[in-house]
Amino acid sequence: MERKHAISVTVNDHPYSGEVVGRTTLADFLRHGLQLTGTHVGCEHGVCGACTVLVDGSSVRSCLMLAVQVHGRRVETVEGLAPADGALSHLQSAFLEHRGLQCGFCTPGMLMTLTELLRTDPDPDEQMIRVAVSGNICRCTGYQNIVDATLEAAARYRAERSQ
Amino acid sequence: MKPPPFEYHAPSTIEDALNLAATLQNAKILAGGQSLMPMLNMRYAFPDHVIDLNLIPELAYIREDGGALKLGALTRQRAVERSVLVQKLHPILQEALGHVGHIQTRNRGTIGGSLCHLDPSAELPGVVTAICGEIEVASVRGRRSIPMAQFPAFYMTPAIDEDEIVTGVSLPLWTPGHGFAFEEFARRHGDFAVAAVSVLIELGRDRQISRAAIVLAGIGSAPVRVAAAEQFIVGRAPTQDVLAQAAAMCRDVEARADAYTSADYRRYLAGVLGGRALTRAADRARAHH
Amino acid sequence: MNKQSRIGDSVLRIEDPPLVRGDGCYIDDIHQAEMLEVAFVRSPHAHARILSIDTQEALSRPGIVAVLTLADLSPALAREQLPIQYPDPNLAQDLGPFILAKNEAIYVGEPIAIVVAESRYLAEDAAARVAVDFDPLPAAADCKEAFASSAPLVHSGRKTNVVAEFRQSYGDIGSAFSRADDRVSVSLKQHRGGAHPIEGRGLIAAYERSPRRLTVWASTQLAHELRVSLMRMLDLDENEVRIITPDVGGGFGAKYCIYADEVAVAAAAVKLRRPLKWIEDRREHFTAAVQERDQYWDLEVACTSDGRMLGVRGTMFHDQGAYTLQGINIAFNSATSFPGPYVLPAYDLRVVSVTTNKVPTAAVRGAGYPQGTFAMERCLDRIATKLGLDRVEVRRRNLIPADKIPYTTPMKSRSGSPIVYDSGDFPAILDIALKEIDYGTFPQRQAKARAEGRFIGLGVACGIKGTGRGPYESGLVRIGPSGTISVYSGAAEMGQGIRTALAQICAEQFGANPDKISVVTGDTGTVPLGMGGFSSRQTVTAGSSVHLAASRVREKVLKIASHIFEADVDDLEIIDGTVRIKGVPRDGLGLQQIANVVYGSPGYAIPKNFDPGLESAETFLPSGLTYGMGCHAVELEIDIGTYAPRISRYIVVNDSGRLINPKIVEGQIVGGVVHGIGNALFEWMGFDDNAQPITTTFAEYLLPTSTEVPRIKVILPEYPSPLNPLGVKGVGESGVLPAAAAIVSAIESAMNSPALEIAEIPISPNQLFALSQTARKGA
Repeated sequence: MERKHAISVTVNDHPYSGEVVGRTTLADFLRHGLQLTGTHVGCEHGVCGACTVLVDGSSVRSCLMLAVQVHGRRVETVEGLAPADGALSHLQSAFLEHRGLQCGFCTPGMLMTLTELLRTDPDPDEQMIRVAVSGNICRCTGYQNIVDATLEAAARYRAERSQ
Repeated sequence: MKPPPFEYHAPSTIEDALNLAATLQNAKILAGGQSLMPMLNMRYAFPDHVIDLNLIPELAYIREDGGALKLGALTRQRAVERSVLVQKLHPILQEALGHVGHIQTRNRGTIGGSLCHLDPSAELPGVVTAICGEIEVASVRGRRSIPMAQFPAFYMTPAIDEDEIVTGVSLPLWTPGHGFAFEEFARRHGDFAVAAVSVLIELGRDRQISRAAIVLAGIGSAPVRVAAAEQFIVGRAPTQDVLAQAAAMCRDVEARADAYTSADYRRYLAGVLGGRALTRAADRARAHH
Repeated sequence: MNKQSRIGDSVLRIEDPPLVRGDGCYIDDIHQAEMLEVAFVRSPHAHARILSIDTQEALSRPGIVAVLTLADLSPALAREQLPIQYPDPNLAQDLGPFILAKNEAIYVGEPIAIVVAESRYLAEDAAARVAVDFDPLPAAADCKEAFASSAPLVHSGRKTNVVAEFRQSYGDIGSAFSRADDRVSVSLKQHRGGAHPIEGRGLIAAYERSPRRLTVWASTQLAHELRVSLMRMLDLDENEVRIITPDVGGGFGAKYCIYADEVAVAAAAVKLRRPLKWIEDRREHFTAAVQERDQYWDLEVACTSDGRMLGVRGTMFHDQGAYTLQGINIAFNSATSFPGPYVLPAYDLRVVSVTTNKVPTAAVRGAGYPQGTFAMERCLDRIATKLGLDRVEVRRRNLIPADKIPYTTPMKSRSGSPIVYDSGDFPAILDIALKEIDYGTFPQRQAKARAEGRFIGLGVACGIKGTGRGPYESGLVRIGPSGTISVYSGAAEMGQGIRTALAQICAEQFGANPDKISVVTGDTGTVPLGMGGFSSRQTVTAGSSVHLAASRVREKVLKIASHIFEADVDDLEIIDGTVRIKGVPRDGLGLQQIANVVYGSPGYAIPKNFDPGLESAETFLPSGLTYGMGCHAVELEIDIGTYAPRISRYIVVNDSGRLINPKIVEGQIVGGVVHGIGNALFEWMGFDDNAQPITTTFAEYLLPTSTEVPRIKVILPEYPSPLNPLGVKGVGESGVLPAAAAIVSAIESAMNSPALEIAEIPISPNQLFALSQTARKGA
């Protein structure tokens, strides 16, 4: 029998406790342990970026972390970007308006990567945005609408902050 | 693609980690996970034990000490990329790190992890070789330093014992304002290097090159120092002609071939990238002079 | 979100709000009580006899419920082999896979056994312990080599590796060549690679005994066909199988196939009577999901001295892979798409489809059209080079002129109907592209760049896609007693926004807001008839069906209202879901009220002459494919140090017929172009000489990422189709077709060396370097 490890983790500002075996990945723990299925699994070898979440504010590939490793840490997933029945974040609205998604499978990972970007660089240009999401693969959109959505969102966040 | 079963250990001190390394059989060290986790997920590795070093704060540091920049093995690549101290002392590291994977890779990936993994196409081993870094290694039996040139034993295998853990890297300082440049060609931004060149140049008071390091990555199974080119440019002024000749020497190395890339093309790239790196490094050295 | 809208408005997609919240429901998000997880034991050999399978050790592992081979599944199976999806008289042999390998593994990745466990982790542990005794056999890795009589047999026990041989011929080819002023030889090797939606395949199968019912949730492009297949394979009845399609994270052809491993999961569920979930991981997608791979084209072109084609003849070898899951469709499409939007008086192409010990070949976005398009465009470039003519001018001279449209080509589609280019103006589309990329001033731009030591190039290519493949699609529109308008269609949503398009088409009839329309797709329990999503067909077929159904419902609504108002139907209008007498804005009737008039209540009669219910089901049967032509113009620069290309401008002009939602159309085209960029520069699914896959991760198989693709400008002139009531044309694959040809032509233009000809795609910087070295030596 594989040894179980007790973990406590904050996800989207909620405390969770659970038990995992050592090899359970963070992605699988979020999706099946906590039923937060917004984070998606696309490759399980750290290239496609669909599984991107924020751990202590930094974007990581959750398929390359073990669940045990977030014990005591703060995790943010796509579900935390907007309240359940509340308004979408500027980034999410901008994705809708600029058609930054088609099948939606890479989208949560994109949104988390871009959330980190906009926190650290509030006024990114096109090239910076493309570099930021170069680790998130999209097979549907060709990326330009994602860039446009991010530029729009950045402008809205800046406007909000200057008020 | 789920990892095979293993016993997970998370020591909180270096001493505990060394004890585990000494006593556990078939154990692997988990640092940033950007190399080990894909191997586990793809079931290319079957360790019975995984020793996670991420809970040992003493292993992550960036400091200047005794004429060297010292980086703890668990220092995140992203932290090095953004460090003001690193920018001051070894800016070539930051230039190279911009090519290492993507932000997510560098948020978790560590200096020690990349150096131990010794992927032939990785950027950091080449840079550390150029700087003439020393790898600091510890075990229950004591501590020692291994010059980077001697660190690769063979393909993707460092010259350390089963019970040894890399604790940090010591990067001796080059003179302030030294010329530096890192050039890489990859198929896409963030991919492993098809070929990469690290160049460091010091200019003497006579404006001639007094010290040089020219190291290729991606060309062989370990970083390749182009000693002939280094020796050629030392004692000469960094003119266009001199640098071009040195670049040509970068082509004159043995290169590996694989399913994607020919040896000829790698050698050709070494020459082109070497020329670009030499030119930029020389420009920077002159600018500071 | 969306207001009342008309067809042609770029309304926001109804699919999006849950997706941006992470509230999508994809196959792996679904959990059933008592569910178990599945992993496959797959062949590590490209070709091997299976001598024995020992499952004892695997069964003893913790959490393992069953380890099943074909013998174990047989009682649940009506037949052991999958029938071919599209039978064709041209098929010399029918190679359907066994549901699990029987005596022989024919490709690396072929499923051999199925492990059922409490978790995928445990299932994989046990799968590694299944001991299969293999006797390795020689493998054929290349279709041209597999054709040779000395080649190893891909399937031992068969007599030949040839799967099909046919000719696409018309006109007097002999006369074309004897009349020709000049001839050009073109030999090409084209490679396409995998589909790689970011979400792989997957399904959940749940079987109950009493009443007998198999429910399958599948990440699929063809729910109805899957239902029929499972009915036949598992000997279940019409009402005993239901397929439900959840949100699908992309398809691109990989999910447009019936697979042995999927049937195996369903059969195992029947046997074990527990819900079973199988989620394809990325390595499985590399080794077991369909791909399109290599085609060798060896052509001779006969032309006049002013660059007009008189005829093309040659041979095309097509790599079919280990099995014929679908048939000859891909090879056929390549052969018939070759003439493209050009006048080709005579054509004689011998097509040989050969099996190899690699993953089966079936449709990947474009389904054979990109290869035919690439081959034609390369021929035109070679004509230009040989005769010293401008590449664009050669195209202009060969394009079918506008006054010849509709243009009946001498070819027939697989269904036997003639291939007719129904609408469009090809020279005009070319001209828009040329103007947009400033073609006229390019020579000066190039000369100036050269003087600066920079190598820039420009390429132009055209393609034409047949869209709206039949035989039909279904559309049912219903207004329920709540007044909600619902649309049910056999269409398949996989990210392309078909549900939004159907909502818009339906909303148009009622002046309604598309957001308020409920669109149900891909559920065989609620949608009785359907074909699914492939071949860029759904806007045409599903769209037209829904349009017809919504129109009928609208007629009925007006009739009921006219009865109630005692007014003439022509005096009524529907605005924002309310029926009113024109010019009388008050006292309208809502759709809910009208629906309830014919919904009925015990004791109350439905008005005479009306049938109960407010719904209509229609199936639109296209009489033929409707053709949309596109022109791509690409400007790029080659870094002469590394030989890496960087695309600076990319223009697409695409006839997509009447646009339901322009922004959705644009998104589809851009996505297709980026796939085409992948085919041109990056995507190589590599196998070694023993048919072992080399590129089995995303680190080795390169998909285009955000830093490697340019902004793509899309211009959408509308040439409505006369073949469907909406005038629409499909676009799902259109962006792919001419992309590789335009890029390759641009690279040659940049290198500007007559001896440097690109004959193989994808082309990497390394390969361009090698070509350049060779060209220089030859010079």
